[in-house]
Amino acid sequence: MSATGTGPRTTPLHAVHERLGASFTDFGGWNMPLRYGSETAEHRAVREAAGLFDLSHMGEVEITGTEAGRLLDRALVGRLSALAVGRAKYSLVCTEEGGVVDDVIVYRTGEDRFLVVPNAGNADNVAGLLASAANGLDARVADLTARTALVAVQGPVAERILLELVSDDDADAVRELRYYAAIPLTVAGVDALVARTGYTGEDGFELFADADGAERLWDAVAAAGAPVGLVPAGLAARDSLRLEAGMPLYGHELDLDRSPYEAGLDRVVVLDKPEPFTGSRALAAHAAEGRGTTSGRTLVGLRGTGRRAARAGYAVQLDGEVVGEVTSGQPSPTLGVPIALAYVDIAHAEPGTALDVDVRGRAEPFEVATLPFLPRPKRPSATPTATGATSPAEPPQAAAAQPQDPAQPPQNPAQPTENAGA
Amino acid sequence: MTDIRTDRRYSEDHEWVLPLEGTSARVGVSLVATDALGDLVYLDLPEVGAAVTAGVVCGEIESTKSVAELFSPVTGTVLERNEAAIDDPTIVGGDPYDDGWLLVVEVTEEGPLLDAEAYTAHAEKTA
Repeated sequence: MSATGTGPRTTPLHAVHERLGASFTDFGGWNMPLRYGSETAEHRAVREAAGLFDLSHMGEVEITGTEAGRLLDRALVGRLSALAVGRAKYSLVCTEEGGVVDDVIVYRTGEDRFLVVPNAGNADNVAGLLASAANGLDARVADLTARTALVAVQGPVAERILLELVSDDDADAVRELRYYAAIPLTVAGVDALVARTGYTGEDGFELFADADGAERLWDAVAAAGAPVGLVPAGLAARDSLRLEAGMPLYGHELDLDRSPYEAGLDRVVVLDKPEPFTGSRALAAHAAEGRGTTSGRTLVGLRGTGRRAARAGYAVQLDGEVVGEVTSGQPSPTLGVPIALAYVDIAHAEPGTALDVDVRGRAEPFEVATLPFLPRPKRPSATPTATGATSPAEPPQAAAAQPQDPAQPPQNPAQPTENAGA
Repeated sequence: MTDIRTDRRYSEDHEWVLPLEGTSARVGVSLVATDALGDLVYLDLPEVGAAVTAGVVCGEIESTKSVAELFSPVTGTVLERNEAAIDDPTIVGGDPYDDGWLLVVEVTEEGPLLDAEAYTAHAEKTA
């Protein structure tokens, strides 16, 4: 990965993207493929077959040592020391004031070994905060971002594609790999950590590998997937997919000025850990005060009835009065209507509430919607075992992400099944 | 380089002008613009009979990711607008020079327009 110089960084797959004719965009300091052709076609391919994403811009920070779990308990809002080996969990890094520094996925890859995956633009910051938290503990922090590639294959045929690329001996391991679990496997001759995680609301895998193996891995997945409809997909599709799945994106739904409680991430925060953690004092106060503690607003989904899309920064109105602000919005390729995430005053956050969005001077009709906009498809082989269902490793968002659950309370609007990488 | 037709002239804002009979002209956006915008989802065009002014915003082109203002490359009165493209903006993305035209304008004055060669240089410079 080129990491020097003044321009944006490029991933080990940059030449591949150029060869594929990608349009590029600067994201989090990285020059990333935005789309290869039609972003809508890429989006649909992920919903109907599969998409192949280069996510090598995401950070990878490894924590090792007998007190690695304790370090994470101090630095993150969740209780990562309780995570089972081979499982993953969504968590947050907060400030002492309870603002969100970043959202991360943590994989426990060994008894004394964790992999933390922050967002591209926050990776250095998160690695630094974790290193500070290691002070006095038997824990070491190594930023592996520069030498790690991350390739995601997402969509209903993702498992079928991966099965083409592993040995027969490993086929069952792939089939049985649960949502929010990870296992080291050799994929197309490349050693990889294979994680059943993603950011699209579909079944799929994220493959962490040494940067040297990135191109081989990409080419193998592309070749195995092409016959069943896999296409390379860029950040534009990734963003529309995560929006349909109701997943927050750092810098849009989450930032230093937002409390996890405003973002509906209550369940991610574990206040009763044995030791205080960064932000625990402020977050305990937020919990006591209830939702919307810092602005009186809470994150909701909005579904439009017109054709015009709400965009980030647009005002949400009720009878001409501003009652919120859009954080992400665009037309949903799957639903055919505009969808958005917005912070709105708690009084107007009930699903079904009719609101307007000021779309460049015109009031466009929207309605507060239950999230996610698209339910996550159920995967029969992912049915939790009795052990898994009670495992402390079970990501809280996995329960929220279970599809077609009308009992799911609407007060958890953003359902982060993973962190914001797009 | 992206396809730039030589049978018409262009504004620096990536609109094209193709003279028709008399003083009327057809107006659209270049492939440079549609490539940059991505998949188009919504067009806001002036009504027939509306006055447009060269260099002044007369509508909007919205893609999945962003909204771009449409500047009129000419001054005059709108004679026709492409209702098919309004109904299905993907026509503009798929064929910006022919089926994806936007307006026919009775032109009283042209804005500063570039020939294809000059526009190509401009587009390369601003890419």
